[in-house]
Amino acid sequence: MKKLSRWFGKNLIRIYMVLGFTYLFIPILYTIVFSFNDYIKSNLVWRGFTWHNWQTPCGVPNICSDLGNSLKIGLIATFVATILGTLIAFALGRYAFKGRPAVNTLIFLPMASPELVLGASLLTIFINLGFNLGFWTIVIAHVMFCISFVVVTVKARIASLDPRLEQAAMDLYANERETFRRITFPLVAPGIAGAALLAFSLSFDDFIITNFNSGTVETFPLFVYHNAERGLPAQANVIGSSMFLIALIIVLAGQIVSRKRKIA
Amino acid sequence: MNATVASPVKKPRSRKIAMPYLLLLPGMLWLITFFLIPILTLVKTSVNMDLANYDPTTGATGSFWGNFWYAFRTHEAPFARSFIYALAATLIALCIAYPLAYGIAFKAGRWKNVLLVLVVAPFFTSFILRTIAWKQILGQQGPVFRLLLDLHLVTYQSHITASAGAVIAGLSYNFLPFMTLPLYSSLERIDPRTLEASGDLYANAFTTFRKVTLPLSLPGVVAGTLLTFIPAAGDYVNAEILGNPSTTMIGNVINAQFLRTSNYTLAAALSFVFMVIIIAIVLFYISRAGTEELV
Repeated sequence: MKKLSRWFGKNLIRIYMVLGFTYLFIPILYTIVFSFNDYIKSNLVWRGFTWHNWQTPCGVPNICSDLGNSLKIGLIATFVATILGTLIAFALGRYAFKGRPAVNTLIFLPMASPELVLGASLLTIFINLGFNLGFWTIVIAHVMFCISFVVVTVKARIASLDPRLEQAAMDLYANERETFRRITFPLVAPGIAGAALLAFSLSFDDFIITNFNSGTVETFPLFVYHNAERGLPAQANVIGSSMFLIALIIVLAGQIVSRKRKIA
Repeated sequence: MNATVASPVKKPRSRKIAMPYLLLLPGMLWLITFFLIPILTLVKTSVNMDLANYDPTTGATGSFWGNFWYAFRTHEAPFARSFIYALAATLIALCIAYPLAYGIAFKAGRWKNVLLVLVVAPFFTSFILRTIAWKQILGQQGPVFRLLLDLHLVTYQSHITASAGAVIAGLSYNFLPFMTLPLYSSLERIDPRTLEASGDLYANAFTTFRKVTLPLSLPGVVAGTLLTFIPAAGDYVNAEILGNPSTTMIGNVINAQFLRTSNYTLAAALSFVFMVIIIAIVLFYISRAGTEELV
């Protein structure tokens, strides 16, 4: 009886997981299916299968230049936020210093503030300072909201390190710099990579803050929003689907490579 | 800046004292310039004029409390809706995400990393695109509605979207990754041996969960619910795409005041009141949940 209930318990979680992921992926599956729709004007009703949208992903005005903006902004914001956030994470994770509560608060507050307030307050200051809204104001905003997430992710990784590894390196006459370069940093690196991935996905997907600070520059989420009322072209589905598939392939490839390396 | 720090003999030590500040400096400067100062500017903007008795001829500025009270009182319904919808969406997301995170932490084996990335992967299709997809899936021309129509559970006059339920469903869907990731990271830290020990002491699966797993995962529950509740309360996209005029949330009002009506004073006052309520809820919640460090 106990065995039976335990077996059921184990599989209950598996069933839940399948249902949870199904729920997560229903709208994505829908997006992928309708990227093959032979649509006219609005992509609402299934009218038959076609390769046409995938052959002409840039066949709608602005869509590919907007995607380019999103990718460029995402890469720059990720690069800057990852560096700034990692430095803060090391300060918090490796040093004792005065003013730690103030730093913790300043890291926590942007995550506790609704995006709307972040976007609106940045807009007020850009207007007051006479900044031209556009590409760089979006980058500034994205770096700002990504930093906290990078700090939290990298700090968790630093906290999970076994301090004995660093002590062992010191015992073997490695100086501080060598220990950092050959032990600490390689161990923290996966955390930094994870933080960068998270920062990029947050930046790439952001709509609310971007909408406030974009001026006339359009990113891919803004393109989708602006065209939703007139009827979204299936090319938007093509781009959404392919970004999703590309991200998935990169991660799976990375997983396979790292597993091979472990075996070798 | 004292003598010991400046003396050349103690130089390595002085570098060590300065090091954390040097590491903090660029990031903190960024957050002060583009987060803290803008928030303070927003507060200043919120008293640019007297909201309650606006007189363009005198151009009198408003008082802090007067304007905030006015902003709150004239928008009680959207404020209330935002918090109720966000609370409902957070509870639903918790129920869906907890087993998901639990499964990834304990049952996924070597697929752990792949499944974790799958949780974040929806971000790449764009939040707006997914919300529009839900609107079409649940809409009158979508498969769900057609099926219910065939089963005679709905009529042509009824609708699933353009309702409070659809907005809540959309919110709980869209912020699911923010719930799942912190839950996973707190569950993953639990030593499986503590669960075995509980079983050895004749606790059944349910008791083990209630007395061991759940309390140990509480920091993840706190972080996850906050990371879901806060953006959900401030969201306006779900209410705009999946709602109707009577599901207007505070985000819709603030957005419209900023970007359409251009009433910056009212928009800023509303944003500030909203932020204060959120932070009050967060602080109360953290003090009740008893977690010390969130970041």
